[in-house]
Amino acid sequence: MTLNAQAKGPGASADSQGMTIVARTQGQMVRRRFFRHRAALAGMLVFGFVIVLAFSSIGFAGIPGWWDKSYLDTGSLVNQGRPTLSVVPGFLGGEGFRFGEHPFGQDDLGIDYFALTMRGAQQSLIVALIVGVVATTVGTVVGAVAGYFRKGAEAVLMRLTDVMITIPVLIIAAVVGQMTGKSGAVALGIFLGLVLWPTLGRLVRGEFLSLREKEFVEAARAAGTSAKRIIFRHILPNTVGVIIVAATLSVANAVLLESALSFLGFGIQPPDTSLGQLINRYRSAMTVRPWLFWWPGIFIIAIALSINFIGDGLRDAFDPRQTRVRA
Amino acid sequence: MIVFIARRLVISFFVLLAATVIMFVLTALSGDPLEDLRQDNSPNRAAKIADRTERMQLDDPIPVRYLSWLGNVVRGDLGVNRDGHDVAIILGDALSATLQLVVAATVMAIIIGIVIGIVSALRQYSGFDYTVTFAAFICFSLPLFWVAVMLKQYMAIEFNNWLKDPSIPPTVIGALALLGGLVFGALTAGDRKRRLLSFAVGFAVTAALFTLLSVTRWFADPGFGLPLILAISLAAAVGFTVLSAGLNPRGPLYAALGAAVLGALASEVLRSVLADPTWLEIIGLALVTVAVCAGLGYALGGLQRRQAITAAVLTGLFTGGVIFVDRMLQAFNGYSAAVRGRPISTIGARTPNFEGDFWQMNLDSASHLLLPSMALILISLATYTRYSRASMLEVMNQDYVRTARAKGLPERTVVVKHAFRNGLIPITTLMAVDFAGVIGGAVVTETVFGWEGMGKMFITALHDVDPTPVMAFFIVTGTAIVVFNMIADILYAYLDPRIRLS
Repeated sequence: MTLNAQAKGPGASADSQGMTIVARTQGQMVRRRFFRHRAALAGMLVFGFVIVLAFSSIGFAGIPGWWDKSYLDTGSLVNQGRPTLSVVPGFLGGEGFRFGEHPFGQDDLGIDYFALTMRGAQQSLIVALIVGVVATTVGTVVGAVAGYFRKGAEAVLMRLTDVMITIPVLIIAAVVGQMTGKSGAVALGIFLGLVLWPTLGRLVRGEFLSLREKEFVEAARAAGTSAKRIIFRHILPNTVGVIIVAATLSVANAVLLESALSFLGFGIQPPDTSLGQLINRYRSAMTVRPWLFWWPGIFIIAIALSINFIGDGLRDAFDPRQTRVRA
Repeated sequence: MIVFIARRLVISFFVLLAATVIMFVLTALSGDPLEDLRQDNSPNRAAKIADRTERMQLDDPIPVRYLSWLGNVVRGDLGVNRDGHDVAIILGDALSATLQLVVAATVMAIIIGIVIGIVSALRQYSGFDYTVTFAAFICFSLPLFWVAVMLKQYMAIEFNNWLKDPSIPPTVIGALALLGGLVFGALTAGDRKRRLLSFAVGFAVTAALFTLLSVTRWFADPGFGLPLILAISLAAAVGFTVLSAGLNPRGPLYAALGAAVLGALASEVLRSVLADPTWLEIIGLALVTVAVCAGLGYALGGLQRRQAITAAVLTGLFTGGVIFVDRMLQAFNGYSAAVRGRPISTIGARTPNFEGDFWQMNLDSASHLLLPSMALILISLATYTRYSRASMLEVMNQDYVRTARAKGLPERTVVVKHAFRNGLIPITTLMAVDFAGVIGGAVVTETVFGWEGMGKMFITALHDVDPTPVMAFFIVTGTAIVVFNMIADILYAYLDPRIRLS
């Protein structure tokens, strides 16, 4: 009786102080840690906003958007094509918040620059996301096979990554871009993804190498589980954090890579456009029409920075050793 | 060790061979090498096409072309590009231009990055640390070409305009002083009062400095003069001594101070030599400086002889560097007049047809190097900062650092000797790999700044769908990557005895 009361004592007092321990699943913990990471949260909001803005404003794939001008129509220059966007409120000496006729201004042919930038952002985002998906899928599959089965698959992967590592990323990407840039954003994304997967493949292989020796995998094998089931149900869920983080960061890199390629003339070809290509096209206009140069750059930075922050937040969230949230 | 190197070389050879196949095939397939001629309307179009077809062996299938290219390379012939120019000559020029551009920038980025990274690790979770982390994230997300064009606009065109009347407006001075104060304040450890104090000091010092520069119109006629040279080198002497030996006992400090004074005096004594020297003389002077300073350290060092020599030599070389910069700045006026008042240039490696004395020629290349180097430094700085911060944090939590503290060693010894040396090990690997990448040229930077380097050569060749220059480029960069990766592994094993090469 007394023993029972004693055993109950501390628990009861902790309960009254609101310190009950609630069981959380792995996913809940990851989510909690991620949402406590303020920079990552801000990055997520910005990234979401850019995606919604880019795809809803001028419409996508035949679906019309809410913005009435097209990125192809030339028009007459209003006020030398200066941007009409104003965000400084009236009491600070600005003109209050308004969009105006051409919020980002117009280029020298009178094309609405907001529509053009949105089109560029769409293309850049499509390329980057496809690169992320393709590189992650291929890298994960090859890495998993190489890490689990070893032998031939591993030798092939390691020699292939060795070869790919001797070729600088920008160089191989430029060659691929020259081949596929004319076929549009989707093709460019797929082919870039096909040459960018080895880093991720190596990473996944490393994870598999250590996990396949663990007891739970051995137990599964002893129970006669098939290789496919061990890979997908036992090992892969344990590597998901590493893969997601790497995939996120690869998307950020792909945004920068695509814009650099388009800038060098190896990416998306005119008449279609992308953020890097816009910068290249208007870089000589820097002195007379600086806004033509500013907007695409700001969008590239916004996209890359927000994805980098999301990646950082995810890394902290998936890392169980992480107790303190870094800024 | 030899077995390791030999095995690595053999494997690397086959890896490189496979990579050349991929590069050659992809380049050859990447477009139509005759495209510009097909749109050509000149009467001898057919002859031109036939000419190029023959030179590039376009009638042969790609594997045949690859094999014939490979055969030539084995015989030491890099071939000709599609216009018949010798690729080996183009490659030589491009390589020297690229090395000129990237070596200095990379070294600067490494030094600055490591210093910032270490400071932010030592001040973890301080305002400075958060700012550096945030700035590094921004640097990771910056498109290099965008930054480069911005630099051209604001650091060259606007800056040159401003140089015509170099007075700094009070608002700008205020902003700079605020920045200076914030840096000082964020770097200071301790309670709020101390931080506020150092903020005030930083603010005042920065404000005074820039007001002085503005009032004396320093930018119109820059230079240091003997007193300032002396002051800078004395400060450097104290700094190097603190880092290498500590201020007690005094031996190393006296050696370093002596080196600083001797250096400053030497700049006066050697006035006639320094009027228009050659590089050979400069190198000779540097060697003499090292010898004299080493002697000073040996004589005055006492028990801390080795540290004293280090401090004195570093101080001597630093003083020499300050004097060098001072001479170059003194040549500024003549140079500025020669280039019609637009000293910071945006294109190429040198002003065409410009002739001047040693200092003016150096100033010319320096002013051409300035902007591309800034762009390159900005981009690679972030990586070094993050890596050195992470590695330093890791090391500072190790048991041997706690032991060193527990023994009662001064914080300087703990940080410099126990933590810093071990923290550098992972960074050496990064450096070696980075240098390899650097030889491939800064493709984007070279394009923006019109620099005729490796990157430009590659871009032009790829646009022309011309495999020979692309492959020449790739042989150099690929070999560099393989070799430097191997050096990184060997260095790692040398620096960290726990790692064995196998």
